[in-house]
Amino acid sequence: MKYIDEFRDGALARGLAGAIAAEADPAREYRLMEFCGGHTHAIYRYGVQDLMPANLRFVHGPGCPVCVLPMARIDQAIAMAVEHGVTLCTYGDLMRVPASERRSLLKAKAGGADIRMIYSTQDALAIARADADRQVVLFAIGFETTTPPTAVVLKVARAEGLGNFSVFCNHVLTPPALKTILATAGPDGVQLDGILGPSHVSTIIGSRPYEFVPAQFGKPVVIAGFEPLDVMQSALMLVRQINQGRCTVENQYTRAVTRDGNVKAQGLMAEVFAPRDSFEWRGLGRLPHSALRIADAYADFDAERRFPVAPGQAKEIRGCECPSVLRGVMEPTDCKLFGTVCTPENPMGACMVSSEGACAAYWSYGRFRPTKQGADPVLRGAA
Amino acid sequence: MGASDASRPRYAGRLDLQHGAVDMSHGSGGRAMAQLIDELFRRHLDNDLLAQGNDQALFRPPAGRIAVSTDGHVISPLFFPGGDIGCLAVHGTINDVAMCGARPLYLTAGFILEEGLPLADLARIVASMARACNECGVPVVTGDTKVVERGKGDGCFITTTGVGVVADGIDISGDRARPGDAILVSGTIGDHGVAIMSKRENLGFETEIRSDTAALHDLVAAMIAAVPDIHCLRDPTRGGLASTLNELAQQSGVGMQITEPAIPVRAEVAAACELLGLDPLNVANEGKLIAICPAAHAERLLAAMRAHPKGQNAAVIGEVFEDPHHFVQMETAFGGNRIVDWLAGEQLPRIC
Repeated sequence: MKYIDEFRDGALARGLAGAIAAEADPAREYRLMEFCGGHTHAIYRYGVQDLMPANLRFVHGPGCPVCVLPMARIDQAIAMAVEHGVTLCTYGDLMRVPASERRSLLKAKAGGADIRMIYSTQDALAIARADADRQVVLFAIGFETTTPPTAVVLKVARAEGLGNFSVFCNHVLTPPALKTILATAGPDGVQLDGILGPSHVSTIIGSRPYEFVPAQFGKPVVIAGFEPLDVMQSALMLVRQINQGRCTVENQYTRAVTRDGNVKAQGLMAEVFAPRDSFEWRGLGRLPHSALRIADAYADFDAERRFPVAPGQAKEIRGCECPSVLRGVMEPTDCKLFGTVCTPENPMGACMVSSEGACAAYWSYGRFRPTKQGADPVLRGAA
Repeated sequence: MGASDASRPRYAGRLDLQHGAVDMSHGSGGRAMAQLIDELFRRHLDNDLLAQGNDQALFRPPAGRIAVSTDGHVISPLFFPGGDIGCLAVHGTINDVAMCGARPLYLTAGFILEEGLPLADLARIVASMARACNECGVPVVTGDTKVVERGKGDGCFITTTGVGVVADGIDISGDRARPGDAILVSGTIGDHGVAIMSKRENLGFETEIRSDTAALHDLVAAMIAAVPDIHCLRDPTRGGLASTLNELAQQSGVGMQITEPAIPVRAEVAAACELLGLDPLNVANEGKLIAICPAAHAERLLAAMRAHPKGQNAAVIGEVFEDPHHFVQMETAFGGNRIVDWLAGEQLPRIC
């Protein structure tokens, strides 16, 4: 497949692996956090870790939008569909994420709620246009990558006067999450030597917003694409920065990312959304200015205002270590639930649901490996 | 499909196959149902056993062991590139019967029709079934029709049951994979699932991807003629190649190692999966089979498969080994190794 196979070439991978092995200093460790679930997925799916020297380890970051969404927001979405009877449009990844009391959107749908899986924000708009008597709510989630498409449908809905359409906005921002991870890193938290920076997110926001990382925290960043060769080349670039004692933001993903990003998309986001004072993140807690709400000019299309839901007390499942996994403090296999009661068929936490979640990636592609505690893989994995 | 020739009632007018629709009376057991059976089902599916006109078909069993399989078909959309629910209901059950090495003999068909289904669509579906039956040499010998109220069905559901006979000496079963055996696949994977998804989600691909729906009993016969000692056969339908290999690994109590570059995938299917965030290994097939045989016979089996029109793109994709965990592992084109897992839930598009 053109423009895909080139980035998955086995011969090139072996060449890069050789270069990393040759340049990595055996006397030290390289703990590289891959920020995005897309990276995690590529690392496991293509077996990238197998090609790395033993002293280079990938640490999984929080960049899985489904995983960081707190349970209370899923509860709220279910309440909109069940109590207010709206048609809730959602991306497929969210359907099986556990909500309070063992509920999920999928179970709510089976129970009669009108919940539709969509591929694009435009699909939600089309459903609203097709039936004026139906209140249609788009369950919008994601980092900066998926925010502009939500902005577009809000603009179109206002222009068309589509009174039966609204958006339940859960868009979050990448830099505050990264800042929190780094601020809590160290002996008590996750130990990091470098960051593989977001790929698709950076096509929108550019590489400039990460410049605080080397400046404030003294860690190198390489913006890394999602293909396995991108991840390997970025790892090599980080190894070189670390070896040379350099610390800067470099861009491996030059075919899509510039320093300033997509200015048009940024303008659209600034027009339609406003920063929230704070927002709850699963695993990271309540972070200031870390999420977006719908701007006042578009308040008529804000589902949170149109369909108010009494805030409930979300109950996380006891023993679920998603929060620690999301901060990079724990490996999926460190969680007692992993592979015992928590599997993709019966997920206890969001990290086991999303294809971008670290637990799902590890379970689906990597559970034949011995765990780092040296346990037999079957104890943590056989069906 | 009752009513013998002698007792067949006369009807006031012919079924309106252009503009008519299924209504509740077509399932009520009265004259309307009899007319639907006569003018639509019998007209297309006619054969001697069906013409017996009883509530059952009577035949003398041939020598050998009898294989029976049943399969419900609930596909949406009813018509898709490369096929429709009618031919799919014939192929799917013939394949299930054939996967133990049986020669399929007869089919039965149960229809659940939703009130409002255009008779023209039903006629198209039944004609397609009849065509598939004729091509396969396997007739529908008895059947049933029910009608459910509008909103309680999805146009048309078809359940088919197949009966076949297995010659003595053939022992093909999912629990017979042994360490050292070779794993073969009969052609490109993922075609059916992607064809359905592209229609269902209104994804306007430039190249039309067609379902691979096909009956494989003749391919199986050619394979058995070449290598009677085939250990396992299975068609990787729902859940795709990945789930089917896992089923066989569990059932036989073995592990499997496959090689990604050896697995045949059409470029357009690979591209569509890439776009949708799907893995072709998890996507359904309706005209492909997996075969496991002793390594010493693998080349002969592969040659026999490639010599058959339905096995032209056949390939050896891996081998069976001893593994108490029963993992299916794959060496990726990239050079790493990973697990090939059961499909969890439904394949969902990714969002970021």
